[in-house]
Amino acid sequence: MSELIQSSKVAGLTKVNDFVVKFANVNGSGSASANSMFAKAVFRMGIPISPHNIFPSNIQGLPTWYEVRISEQGYLGRREGVDLIVAMNEQTIGKDIASVVPGGYVLYDSSKVLANELLRDDVNYLPIPLKDICLEEFEKPAQRQLFKNIVYVGALSAFLNIDFEVLTGLVGDQFRGKEKLILPNIHALELGHHYASNNFYCPLSLQLKKSDKNKDKILLDGNTATGLGSVYGGATVAAWYPLTPSTSVVDNFSKYCQRLRIDAGTGKKKYSIVQAEDELAAIGIAIGAGWNGARAFTATSGPGISLMQEFLGLAYFSEVPIVLFNIQRVGPSTGMPTRSQQGDLLCCAYASHGDTKHALLFPATPKECFDYSASAFDIADRIQSPVIVMSDLELGMNEQICEPLNWDDKSQYDRGKVLNAEQLEEIEKYGRYLDSDEDGIPYRTYPGTHPSKGSYFTRGSSHDSYAAYTEDGTVYAEVMDRLTLKMKTAVDYLPAPEFSESTGHKFGLVYLGTTASAITEVLDDLAKKGIALDALRIRAFPFHTSVTEFIDAHELVYVIEQNRDAQLKSLLKIECNIQEEKMRSILSYDGVLITAQHIEKSILESLQTLEESGKASA
Amino acid sequence: MSYINKPKFKHPKMQANDIGLTRRDYEGTLTTLCGGCGHDSISAAIIQAAADMSLEPHRVAKISGIGCSSKIPSYFLNKAHGFNSVHGRMPSVATGANIANKELYYIGISGDGDSASIGLGQFCHIVRRRINMLYIVANNGTYGLTKGQLSATADLGSKTKSGEESQFDNIDMATLAIELGASFVARSFSGDKKQLIPLIQAGLTHKGFAFIDVVSPCVTFNNTDFSTHGYKNTWENHIALNGVDFVPMREEITTSYAPGKEKEITLHDGSVVHLHKTGNNYYPTDKENALHHINEHKKQGKIATGLLYINQSTSDLHELQETVDKPLNSLGNQELCPGSEALNDINNTFR
Repeated sequence: MSELIQSSKVAGLTKVNDFVVKFANVNGSGSASANSMFAKAVFRMGIPISPHNIFPSNIQGLPTWYEVRISEQGYLGRREGVDLIVAMNEQTIGKDIASVVPGGYVLYDSSKVLANELLRDDVNYLPIPLKDICLEEFEKPAQRQLFKNIVYVGALSAFLNIDFEVLTGLVGDQFRGKEKLILPNIHALELGHHYASNNFYCPLSLQLKKSDKNKDKILLDGNTATGLGSVYGGATVAAWYPLTPSTSVVDNFSKYCQRLRIDAGTGKKKYSIVQAEDELAAIGIAIGAGWNGARAFTATSGPGISLMQEFLGLAYFSEVPIVLFNIQRVGPSTGMPTRSQQGDLLCCAYASHGDTKHALLFPATPKECFDYSASAFDIADRIQSPVIVMSDLELGMNEQICEPLNWDDKSQYDRGKVLNAEQLEEIEKYGRYLDSDEDGIPYRTYPGTHPSKGSYFTRGSSHDSYAAYTEDGTVYAEVMDRLTLKMKTAVDYLPAPEFSESTGHKFGLVYLGTTASAITEVLDDLAKKGIALDALRIRAFPFHTSVTEFIDAHELVYVIEQNRDAQLKSLLKIECNIQEEKMRSILSYDGVLITAQHIEKSILESLQTLEESGKASA
Repeated sequence: MSYINKPKFKHPKMQANDIGLTRRDYEGTLTTLCGGCGHDSISAAIIQAAADMSLEPHRVAKISGIGCSSKIPSYFLNKAHGFNSVHGRMPSVATGANIANKELYYIGISGDGDSASIGLGQFCHIVRRRINMLYIVANNGTYGLTKGQLSATADLGSKTKSGEESQFDNIDMATLAIELGASFVARSFSGDKKQLIPLIQAGLTHKGFAFIDVVSPCVTFNNTDFSTHGYKNTWENHIALNGVDFVPMREEITTSYAPGKEKEITLHDGSVVHLHKTGNNYYPTDKENALHHINEHKKQGKIATGLLYINQSTSDLHELQETVDKPLNSLGNQELCPGSEALNDINNTFR
């Protein structure tokens, strides 16, 4: 038995299925697959988890973290504080050990002696000679490096009581088809497990217990769901320029197309992917394809959004449907390319010069990434305008537990108002921009449809109802007013807000996207303190009328968002004519997911202030 | 961009082509370019070329960027869909359009500002992507629509009307296209209809990326005696490296040339391009030879025109990507949506 653990005077945390494990690694060291194996094992034990990658914009050598929150209650947001750290990075070990809560644990590689200044007397140390074990057991240098990660996962399985069968099953799944790798991986897991069991009291008082909370659920990242949703939504053209954190959207579209979009008879492809020379070309290709009747998209992030502004104006004004996935990251400029933010709300809502407005969708879960990505193509076709799906790095690149994806086989793609040759034949004079239905949405045709009817000239310059160039200010203004009407019509096609079960309280919360991960926890925690709040999650822009109604019905709403400038609050003021006094901002913009603790603290402080100023409590 | 439609009057004796259309059916709106603008001659050449080939106008998509040149698509083929896009970005829009429907003819019209400056990157990459289209640059060495600034194709020492002299080496769009892998590269002069029309026809028929750099003088801002892109210099110094005839697939080949004086190139649809040799050892199928001849002429202040380079063995983007035979824009639910059963299997991989 280990001297250290026995001599420790600190009582270890006693927690079952409710703690945070954080892995501190050096990127490029092969830790990612080991760490996700750990997360998936917990998931397969039926316990809700939410893993978060905090990684550098770099390929090898810089610090990277993987944080896994384990929560029997199903709180999937981030939680502050670390209960057990796997400290594998000498560059950051001081900070990493400092991040552990009193009573927590530090697992480290004891092949090298831990410096004195790193010894805290309020945490427990779990020294494992990872390097020495691997030196002894494995021959190849690469294996010695890689298997250190697997050995600590094996040790964790003893410490935390992870079902070993679940782990070996995962190894089998991961290396299916590469059977040679299965045995050494299982061996490495066993080495860790044996060492921990032989040298420490296992399991710790911090431990896992099988549960049934993940029934039928899946563990999926947003970008995979987005790529797959685009396949299901009928996208045939993807044009893109590689940019973190959006890259895996197209990677996954490609992966699933190779599996699901090959013509059975000929082996040919029912899709085309073009890696363009830049983001301008990427959106240009999508617009050309959208104009010509294919469902087309591009995926990018902040810097790409900046480059695409001019083209977004063209698509808005000439009324070409395209789908744009914006996997938001931290700006401005290069910002923090591998951190998350909701910082592009304003620049996407009104992207491009002149008067413009775009439809935005705000998914909060991987399942919504799938659903919204698929339906974005219908919406874009219906409104003949760009639809921007506003995900972010947190949602796009981290796995999250969600309901399984589903598809209604009876559903048909809605291509919107498109006239075919027969319909054109019946029309006396076709006008591309005529508002025949008075909903702001005109009829289009695809190039090449009819020999003499239906051709028109698409242009970014001012045009009349028949697509002819005009510099007549009245005609221009009419077109602009119709586009305003069109965006009003668009609201009916967009997902309506989601409301909390509670209603009729004095105070409310308004939020969108990944902020949702913290809200259930916030509402539960505050309810325990006797504070009841209503909540509304915005799922699209332009806003549904019920957003205004919700805010009007409350004395005060907290607008919670992940950017510095309260961009959602600004949009609410501009679009819903809501007074500043009705809203209080709760902001988070350090690049990592907002936590329930931060939100609760902000609300409690605000309520305190209100109470002191005589405005009564919730 | 004209909003004035041409009169519908048709001369009763106007001849109909194979599909029963007359030249009138290939026209566009009335031009609003300056009187004498080279660009109007390009429109006229496209109209004539398309009518003579009996192209169905509605099966053509005409796409342009921004500038005087990019107004040209308004002035031909009224029955074709047009897209006047963003400055310098026609190549990307054309790429997307072509990917969506490989069955249409694509004519991209651009200018030297549009393709050699703001859009040089897009130009290079559409050449690399081998889009099956005809790309015409109406090249006048100047920014007409903003009143006469020098463009990147203006030759070193060339002077505009305001007396501004080009201090930099020019970008030669034709040699650039050859080097980047274009499979059909020609240069012509808007004033030489006899050469330009068959080049347009051959370029439209060629499977792959066809590029024609057309010297097209700007009468208002760059037509001085000191401008290398003016009428005077171009008339005096353009030298055809070969004579070009185009015989559509349907027509019988009637002309004949003395042995060794002519080279016949059969395009993928069976149409034939006849190149009359001019005794200069010019081989349009040899990249190095083509570049050498163009550069030699340039050194002497001459503008080499004609079919400069052709390579019929390359594949276009659709062939490279192995897309299905049907146009992608015609695929519906049944062909595109994998359905719920496949999704259930995929769900299992996430557990």
